[in-house]
Amino acid sequence: MEKIIEIKDLVYEYRNEENEGVAALKEVSLQVKEGEFLVVIGHNGSGKSTMAKHMNGLLLPSGGKVYVNGLDTADEKNTWAIRQTAGMVFQNPDNQIVATIVEEDVAFGPENLGIEPKEIRNRVDNALKAVGMEPFRKKGPHLLSGGQKQRIAIAGVIAMKPKCIILDEPTAMLDPSGRREVMETIRQLNREEGITIVHITHFMDEAVQADRVIVMETGNIVLEGTPKEVFQQVEILKQLGLDVPQVTELAFQLKNSGFNLSQEILTVDEMVVHLCQLL
Amino acid sequence: MSIIVENLTHIYNPNSPFETTALKDVSFQIEKGDFIGLIGHTGSGKSTLIQHLNGLLKASSGKIYVNDFEITKKDVKLREIRQKVGLVFQYPEHQLFEETIYKDVAFGPINLGLSQEEADQRVREAIQLVGLSFEDVKERSPFELSGGQRRRVAIAGVVAMRPEVLILDEPTAGLDPKGRDEILDQIKNLHNRYKMTVVLVSHSMEDIARLVDKIIVMHKGTVALQGTPREVFQHVELLESIGLAIPQITYLMRKLKAMGKPIRDDVLTIEEAKSEIINWLRRK
Repeated sequence: MEKIIEIKDLVYEYRNEENEGVAALKEVSLQVKEGEFLVVIGHNGSGKSTMAKHMNGLLLPSGGKVYVNGLDTADEKNTWAIRQTAGMVFQNPDNQIVATIVEEDVAFGPENLGIEPKEIRNRVDNALKAVGMEPFRKKGPHLLSGGQKQRIAIAGVIAMKPKCIILDEPTAMLDPSGRREVMETIRQLNREEGITIVHITHFMDEAVQADRVIVMETGNIVLEGTPKEVFQQVEILKQLGLDVPQVTELAFQLKNSGFNLSQEILTVDEMVVHLCQLL
Repeated sequence: MSIIVENLTHIYNPNSPFETTALKDVSFQIEKGDFIGLIGHTGSGKSTLIQHLNGLLKASSGKIYVNDFEITKKDVKLREIRQKVGLVFQYPEHQLFEETIYKDVAFGPINLGLSQEEADQRVREAIQLVGLSFEDVKERSPFELSGGQRRRVAIAGVVAMRPEVLILDEPTAGLDPKGRDEILDQIKNLHNRYKMTVVLVSHSMEDIARLVDKIIVMHKGTVALQGTPREVFQHVELLESIGLAIPQITYLMRKLKAMGKPIRDDVLTIEEAKSEIINWLRRK
């Protein structure tokens, strides 16, 4: 598979209030494959968002390289092409909506690319359809729920026809049904449109849906693998201040009590099957 | 009784085309020292309800008593209500505004007209109660702190008012798991040590199951269910039909029981599930 994002020995330093250099990222290397659903977890301050902002040139490396679709983000000539390839969605839906009508908001990106009106119409319609928000196209965004607003923000990115979408805690401010809506939308875009997803979250039930999970801590990637591989490391994750699904923790504790139970359990159904096999 | 709500109704924009009934004839009681979980889908009426409990909204009809004091009476001073009931909003750290953490937490007590000495005492205590070191943080700007710490400073500002009832609207929203656990531990601590009545609004059924004595479930402006977590989480179909859920561990136990396994299905925590499953496996 092609790699859509390649990060090589990425270092990012900034100056704090005392004017001391602080390394937010310390030689991070990562490849994101085209069509992949990658989840990034790690506690606040671990470097997740800093890394994400390098993936579409919002931040530029202090050291190392970031390539998006083969283009070096440090080269200014590439910035527009990179932003079209890799779109970003942030935590607070209210900070990302610029227009007073849903479809005008979605059209904002393509309009700024100088695309023909007819093509813009097409893109807006398709983008709203893709996130299931077509019936709301004439509404004011302030009348929508948090989950719906976040889907509009995603539609605004899709209208740019990106190959990759980076979502920085898009569900953090939503209620459970809003979270479900957004996750279903993301998964569908990944499966049906083949859009590469980089999803940052604190919710482990979202992380278990990924193809691959990476765990960040103090500016480094400390764990990487499929959800099953990563979540077996219950002790390490707890030390890092992260959660595991309740059934995964239960499996871990039962094993510690001497039961020969698989540690690759992520869902209720898997737990039921494995418990019944014990007998 | 700490809080009695009787036939509370609230209508937004009455007699206009935008009229909406946000609360419909809501009645419940909360005992002194109880830890209550308030759950419900967005738009179920939770926020409207808690804003009545400290007088931010006026009831269209109905009565509310806080520790035998009727706060819905006409000539009640808002100051009296606010001293009894402290409300921590969502993202309370956005309301921090002073230059130093000391000044920010002291803002409420000083406006109560307390002496400098008394205010000082309360600020010191409140900052320590939320798990920060008074000496370390008092002169620092609230904006130098991490998100989770800022939120604790905001909660300290409410705690410094020494409310009899503390209401928190999603105090862990947007925090990472560690920040979430720290805040919840502090709240539990306040409840245990000061026998404060606490009302916690949360979307996390796992947190609710672990912490509260009683749950009130709101739906479309009415109380859909209330009871202990064990009782409430038995009503899976009803909860799911109104956009809520039960803890993952409770789903597991229900599934095992439905398959005929001899175990209890009203389990709420991983520890309970563990001992229940071990007993079952050992009996085999």
